[in-house]
Amino acid sequence: MSSHFSATNQKLARQLAWTRREFLRTGAAMALGSTLLRNPVALAGIPTKKRKVVVITFGGGARDQETFAPEGQENIPHLMRELIPQSTFFTQVVNRGILGHYVATASLATGVYETINNFASLPPEHPTVFEYFRKDLKRPSTDAWVVAPSNGFNRIGESNNRAYGPGLGASVILPKHLLTAAMSGRATDYEHLLRDNYETPLYAPDLGGNEFQLQQLQMMLKLSVDDFKAHALTLSSPDELSVYIARRLMRQLAPSLLWITMHDIDIAHAGAYSLYIDGIRRTDRLCAEMWRAIQSEPEYAGNTTLFILPDFGRDSDDDSGGNGFQHHRTGDALSRTTWMMALGPGIREGVVYDRPMQSTDLVPTLGSVLGFSPSLAQGKPIAELL
Amino acid sequence: MLPRDLRPEQFSGYPPEARKLVTNYIAALQRLPLSFLPSLLRESIEYDYKFPVERKALETELANLNSLSAEQLQEWLKGFAQIHLSAALENFDWINAPAQFVEQLSSYLWTTHQLDAFRAAAMAYADRLHAAVPPEPPSAPRLGITVIGQGVASYDEPLFRKLRAHGAYYSHINPENGLRVLLDAVAVRAKAHPAPYAHWYIDGGKQAEHDAELTTVSYAAVEPARAVLLSKMRAEIDRPGMGPEALRTRLAQLRPADLAFSEGDEVLDRFRIKMLTEGSGTQVFSTTFGQWTAREALRRAQPLTLLVRFAPRQRQKPMNELLTATVEATELDPVGSLVDADMAAYYNWLNQQRLPGANQSSFLVWFEGNTQALVIGPATPRGTASTSPITLSNLLTSLV
Repeated sequence: MSSHFSATNQKLARQLAWTRREFLRTGAAMALGSTLLRNPVALAGIPTKKRKVVVITFGGGARDQETFAPEGQENIPHLMRELIPQSTFFTQVVNRGILGHYVATASLATGVYETINNFASLPPEHPTVFEYFRKDLKRPSTDAWVVAPSNGFNRIGESNNRAYGPGLGASVILPKHLLTAAMSGRATDYEHLLRDNYETPLYAPDLGGNEFQLQQLQMMLKLSVDDFKAHALTLSSPDELSVYIARRLMRQLAPSLLWITMHDIDIAHAGAYSLYIDGIRRTDRLCAEMWRAIQSEPEYAGNTTLFILPDFGRDSDDDSGGNGFQHHRTGDALSRTTWMMALGPGIREGVVYDRPMQSTDLVPTLGSVLGFSPSLAQGKPIAELL
Repeated sequence: MLPRDLRPEQFSGYPPEARKLVTNYIAALQRLPLSFLPSLLRESIEYDYKFPVERKALETELANLNSLSAEQLQEWLKGFAQIHLSAALENFDWINAPAQFVEQLSSYLWTTHQLDAFRAAAMAYADRLHAAVPPEPPSAPRLGITVIGQGVASYDEPLFRKLRAHGAYYSHINPENGLRVLLDAVAVRAKAHPAPYAHWYIDGGKQAEHDAELTTVSYAAVEPARAVLLSKMRAEIDRPGMGPEALRTRLAQLRPADLAFSEGDEVLDRFRIKMLTEGSGTQVFSTTFGQWTAREALRRAQPLTLLVRFAPRQRQKPMNELLTATVEATELDPVGSLVDADMAAYYNWLNQQRLPGANQSSFLVWFEGNTQALVIGPATPRGTASTSPITLSNLLTSLV
């Protein structure tokens, strides 16, 4: 299948990675890494049982011209000045799968390019990282969590694979869904807020699967429905609500594997450029907030690796088949070539790598960090992080 | 069913002119691979409602395919021939529902990891077609005008950043009567180069007074259709088993009469409806409607003149406001709309430059009611800035 990623696309992806690297070298003072340069510290000093991983994915990528390029850096001050200098940064993470947010995030979580219907409420077909983690390491359900924005992601926590599947996955919280439940009975029309998928406005699949229930707010997160509602009234977006819930999870349950998918940037599908930029700026701020939370929570400080990556990119202005920033439909190099950063103990700081890797490499890398074996994943562990 | 089995009577459901067109070329259609043919039929079935430039392009493409020898055709379409299709796609009614077939094909290509191969085949075919049958140059140099920032008194951030490298920026424009000047200039061009659908005025709000010769689309004029459409979308979504693909199919089937919309020009009425049913976000934001309509007008009608005026869109309320809001009048976001329209101006220029005659085309963008404008033209210096006082009329004269 990879042979279909054409030579032209590979060339464009390389060029994109190179310019991205140069932007980072000049804008964030990053040094060029080499594949021969292995990590001298790694995680060896931290017992496997103590290690934690937080993964932040964006459902709705942002293009370089609005982020890493000189004219875009004003939109990501926190990434540029705080996070990237502390990170190992990979400029060429290629997604060769389906460029739909649910199926792409499922692929990130399984390490296999999933082919499930992007708009249906279906579980991934291959075991998720959560199942490998829990089964191999015999971890309880409270140790793996997903916080995701929309109803479509309610099945992301566990696959329908026979060797894994039901009972072995992550608990999934959909904060917007919780908010709907919490606000039920009020007359206000929340349709606009609760629109789940900017690409198909006004549509959301029926819920199913192991989503977190409203009453568990109190039981597990020690958060009353009234307090939850009151706090929601102070927030400007669903992703802010997701980060609030994630921080609550970290404080109350301290899961070793926490996966947060953000979605505000995907307002781009509505075609309003200013709202897309607002989404990028908010996501930039929230990523920094999560990193600071990791540093300040005793259970996480000093033993947590943070991975940040978009699920894929967006269309180029140069492709007449698309409409620029609005969508990710052309399958061009720009929409397929994204990036990833990793931060935490043992991660080399201020280094940028531009060798190609695939988004399916994430799960095997998480396996190496946390000590489980993702036997059915197709990617390879990222040597520069191990 | 496969293309080789095509028979003329199978096109009885096509509109009259489309039926005549495809039956004239049925021998050519029978030789095409199934991964390619429905895309061509999707265009052909709309032939009766296409703009003149589109009709001519379709006729030319069919004539070219008809003229190719078996060996040539194999060479032209070998990329498509290597695409593997499912039995379900082969059994689909791709003759009468080619658009739905193409939608399912797209999904299938993604799922089977054949999208890149299909994309490469499509680009190779388009390059060959372009080389074999070069598009005709326009009858006069094109002029694009974009007016942004309605309702914004002043704005401190730099404007036209994406365009500045390509043209000349002016910071001391005399804004007096500016919109009138621009609309009059468009009317003069319409009289000088008369042709159907060759001179357009698109407004993201309510149209200003304009010459009757112009082809016009405005957000205000489609407002009743937009309301009916949103109501229909909600009703469809509530139906059991409805999903996004089915919803898109239903929307694509809507006709002007379904949305209580008819201004007596079937071609233009269908174009206007498509802006709402096929655009993403066009139902919600007027700036998106303006940008998408300009894109589609340029792509499809290839106008000689296009004036696009953006208006403030509704404000996207933050979550906390949505949670507490009561029913109230729609608020507008003039500054956010200016940012949207500034990017849209760049896209308008890019899309104009994709058309034949690009090296002779000109473009002007103006911050409405203000003193900033930028022009791009064959004789315009690039990357320059001028603080000299100048009128819009003189700027236009410098371009055409």
